[in-house]
Amino acid sequence: MTVTLWQRLDKAGRNLAPFAVTVMLLLLGLVPLRIPAYTAVAPSLTLMAVYYWTIHRPDLLRPGAVFALGLLEDLLSGAPLGLNALVMVTAHWVVLTQRRFFLASTFPLMWFGFALIVFGAAVMEWMVFSVLNTALLPFRSMLFQALLTLALFPAFTWLFVRVHRAFLP
Amino acid sequence: MRLAAPLKALAQRFSFLLLVLASVALMMVGKVDAVLVDSVRARVTDAFAPIMDALSRPAATAAHFVESIVALENVYEENQRLKAENARLLQWKQAATRLEAENGSLRALLHYKPEPTASSITARVIAAPGGSFLRTVVVTAGRRDGVRKGQAAIGGAGMVGRVVEVGEWSARVLLITDINTRVPVVLESSRARAVLAGDNSDQPRLLYLPADAVIAVGERVVTSGHGGLFPPGIPVGVVTAVGERGVKVQPIADLSRLEHLRLVDFGLPGVQDEMDQRTLK
Repeated sequence: MTVTLWQRLDKAGRNLAPFAVTVMLLLLGLVPLRIPAYTAVAPSLTLMAVYYWTIHRPDLLRPGAVFALGLLEDLLSGAPLGLNALVMVTAHWVVLTQRRFFLASTFPLMWFGFALIVFGAAVMEWMVFSVLNTALLPFRSMLFQALLTLALFPAFTWLFVRVHRAFLP
Repeated sequence: MRLAAPLKALAQRFSFLLLVLASVALMMVGKVDAVLVDSVRARVTDAFAPIMDALSRPAATAAHFVESIVALENVYEENQRLKAENARLLQWKQAATRLEAENGSLRALLHYKPEPTASSITARVIAAPGGSFLRTVVVTAGRRDGVRKGQAAIGGAGMVGRVVEVGEWSARVLLITDINTRVPVVLESSRARAVLAGDNSDQPRLLYLPADAVIAVGERVVTSGHGGLFPPGIPVGVVTAVGERGVKVQPIADLSRLEHLRLVDFGLPGVQDEMDQRTLK
């Protein structure tokens, strides 16, 4: 069976879906929503995307791509350069080593796994900021941010499943 | 084949380690050479500014829609309130014109050297990154519009922050609530000088207050103009709490609903550039 150029282009386009969805969420996360006190607890949409795609299609979201996503988020959000890259690469790494467990489990267990990742990421981010500012920063808003991310996870997972089914057979 | 799998795993693990080290190295670069990182950041922000601009528009429309419904609900009370306020403001206007004339004649008597006039650039907020430890916004005006590093950003009635990084057509504003912000201020009636320092909470604190300063809750805080970076007299906030944990200031501008900012071009150019030059050396 010969593969035509169109088929190959189509496949390449489809294979970009995980990366493209994550970039879209990154940009959506930057939109000013003008909800009082929202920005301090704005959920980390990219972390959800990286978690989902690392479990389901790690072949389409390589560590290099995750690093690039983190770097882009750092550059656009004004965070210290390398912070999100570090958090996301570490999250990707941890999920990848436990992938077999996540893949076999039900949604509540996947959600529970995400809780561990989110709180781990929050602690890591808090530590990096504290070191960079040479002061112990309050952890409270970080905690609420993690909780909101966790609460919104099912909604975004629904979206990822849709994209997954639509583009990646 | 049996050897290939563990080798591959090893390479994979090694690549992770490399990426982690690269992240840490980038953080160090950011600490050592902030100017370089800022210029890279400004370029990338420039590149994504059109997309962020397009994305922020539907959100702005939705926000307007919600606000207009809320406004419609309160239109009667609002009208009553505005009428009362207008009557009060007319009285103030009388007082202001009289004082302006008096001030003008007194200045003429004293040969007072006026402040350099400040012009301003208006820009739209297109990105407000969320996060616990960051308080910045990105606006649609850059170097080609006359934006320079260090300019004060004013939203509505009060100061909201200062420009920290300038691209060709976008700029980043560090809000006064960010932990890295320091603004020289003066308390309006007691004339005590202080430095307004953000701490990532909604209400920044006053530092370096004179020991004998008597501060009342409700007193207004304005920029002092010391250091030459900001024009003096921009309203910043109102003192909300004086206590053991320091003096807290509520910003006058609503920082969570910024839509347009005025970037004030104050007549003292190059202060920030000079500072950058010094840090470079």
